[in-house]
Amino acid sequence: MIQPRAAPTTLGPPIRHTPDVTAPPLPLRAPANQVSPRAVRWWQLRDLTTLLVLLAPQVVLAVIGGPGWLFATAIGTAVLGVAYLLLIPPLLFRIHRWEVTDEAVYTRSGWLVREWRIAPISRVQTVDTEHGPLQQLLKLASVTVTTASAKGPVTIRGLAADDAAELARLLTETTQATPGDAT
Amino acid sequence: MTPGLPADATPGVPADVSVDAPAGLPADVPADATPGVPAGFPAAATPGPAPGVPADTPWRRLDPRMLVVMPVSGLVRLLPAFAVLLLTGREGDLSRVWFTLIGVAAVVLLGVLRWRFTRYRITVDRVELHSGWLRRQRRSVPRDRIRTVDLTARLEHRIFALSVVKIGAATGGSSDQPGLALDAVSNAEANRLRRELLDRSAVAPASTSISTAGPPSVELARLHWAWLRFAPLTFSSLAGIGVVLSAVSNLLNDVGLNAGHLAGDAVDRLARAGVAVAVGLVGLTVLLAAVVGSLLLFVARWSGYRLTREPDGTLRVRRGLLTRRSLSVSESRLRGVEIAEPMLLRAGRGAQTRALAAGLAKDTQGGVVQPPVPRAEAHRVASAVARAAPAEITDAPLRRHPTAARRRRLTRALGPTVVLVVAAFLVDPHVVGPSSLVLLPMMFLVGLDRARVLGHALTGGYLVVRQGSVVRRTVALQRTGVIGWRVRQSPFQRRAGVATVEAVTGAGRGAYPVIDMAADDAVELMAQVTPAAVKTLHT
Repeated sequence: MIQPRAAPTTLGPPIRHTPDVTAPPLPLRAPANQVSPRAVRWWQLRDLTTLLVLLAPQVVLAVIGGPGWLFATAIGTAVLGVAYLLLIPPLLFRIHRWEVTDEAVYTRSGWLVREWRIAPISRVQTVDTEHGPLQQLLKLASVTVTTASAKGPVTIRGLAADDAAELARLLTETTQATPGDAT
Repeated sequence: MTPGLPADATPGVPADVSVDAPAGLPADVPADATPGVPAGFPAAATPGPAPGVPADTPWRRLDPRMLVVMPVSGLVRLLPAFAVLLLTGREGDLSRVWFTLIGVAAVVLLGVLRWRFTRYRITVDRVELHSGWLRRQRRSVPRDRIRTVDLTARLEHRIFALSVVKIGAATGGSSDQPGLALDAVSNAEANRLRRELLDRSAVAPASTSISTAGPPSVELARLHWAWLRFAPLTFSSLAGIGVVLSAVSNLLNDVGLNAGHLAGDAVDRLARAGVAVAVGLVGLTVLLAAVVGSLLLFVARWSGYRLTREPDGTLRVRRGLLTRRSLSVSESRLRGVEIAEPMLLRAGRGAQTRALAAGLAKDTQGGVVQPPVPRAEAHRVASAVARAAPAEITDAPLRRHPTAARRRRLTRALGPTVVLVVAAFLVDPHVVGPSSLVLLPMMFLVGLDRARVLGHALTGGYLVVRQGSVVRRTVALQRTGVIGWRVRQSPFQRRAGVATVEAVTGAGRGAYPVIDMAADDAVELMAQVTPAAVKTLHT
């Protein structure tokens, strides 16, 4: 059970203190919590699906007698794809962090283009949890916090499902306690 | 009992949790669910009126005159089809006459049915609209979500003194319906609805707001016909070309000439006259069409323009020659103002002001509160709308962005252009390539201008941002209208030590970026606007 007003919240797995290689040049501190370590598997599975979708037509065409260079591009695609899914998801795991303070929901994401999002708790309108098929397989979930702006949703992806449910409940309680229509 | 759930929660329903209980999760449903009710099954869904709504608020219908307007406007629209049907038949073949009659009867019947099955009511806290004959639709908008009321009267409505009432509401979640339209009610009823729905104090005894005769409505701006000179400088001149050409072609057809043949003849003659003359003549014609068309559009859109502040604290824009429009924005929904200066308009020292209001969607005229006007007038109206001095909002002295930001404007303008030019030379090194070189100095100037324009300021109550060259926009957003932040930093920005901060808001475009701020300033800005949310994140 989480205390509604504890900051920083101690949700999620114990924080593994990996050296923060991704320290931003912005004077913003890293959000306190990491996502579930299973998220790495999730990202890898997702990338693998993309890789297979890209690879399959090339291989099929090459086998049924397409031009010879298709083998080369297929091998190239496979090598790049495997490299990506070995390197990037662990990096994402270090970058994707989140935190719910007394006043705001705060996330960091993106390995190439870094993105920070801040939504003041007092402006939160709805809280949604979402489980894609792959996420269900790995017992993961995403929590999306929306405000009155279509451009302002803050999504925390790759949380352990239990933590996501707890977090959503906590946020819903907090936001319902806040008066006003949050616009 | 799961700790943390209120003890009086309805068994089986996690009462005030709007989260879908995921399948396959450890159930966060109380263990003491009522026997017989499957856990997680919303057994207590109460049909009928929402709590707090007196069920006896009477339903009202659209104006009975719609019984005439709807069939007539439908028939007018189908007139060409009927004409073709009637005129192309063989002699003595009556089946086409029957088809036409059936068509007419169907249009009339549908109009009547639509009126018969459409009803609406305004309860203490909701506006409800039931419509549809085969497919019944029920729409309902909470009254505290209503942001705008937009009255529109097309020609057929004006003849019968009717107005369409469009109610714009804030969109909370993705599933919310943004609003509804009553098509149409009498002008008197429309004005009554407008006042009732936008009056914040309507929840209190409604009579008080009427009996206390407040100050009369204050006029903030009215049309000056001298502003017509700005019409050709706006994008509407492009639309104007289409208007004029189609009008001319219709006219020629009416007097029995074929526009296509005439155009063919003209091309033949021009071809004989030589390239320079041809290009000159065609250019002149298009220019003339653009000017005349944009003037016509300006007159149609802005005749009778008045901007007023009503006693109940709403801003009201009235305009239009044939289609009368009246947009009312509740002042409490106002989050800021924007002054847009498209390149040509800026060259003519003109500008146009928009109101940024929560819930103001595209179909409510984008919040435009004035026609293109002289720049000083735009700032004046912006200031009158926001009730703030121009130096506090759109005319505030701006902070320039770091050198890196201005350098990036140039590289980002020129980089893609260079690629384009190289591609043009690869395609055709003789004509296309060399002529594409023109783009380089053009984009260089655009880049320089973007760098020069870029700036932001934080005044007492507003965040002011200016950017853009092709369309220069100055946005003044209330500090309290900022409901979140997005900060983005690409690898290039990281190296240059800058970041783009987007102020998220419920109004206008949803988020307004401050491009390429110095990294320290970016966090400082956020901390100043929303200190509570950001100060603990600062390092």
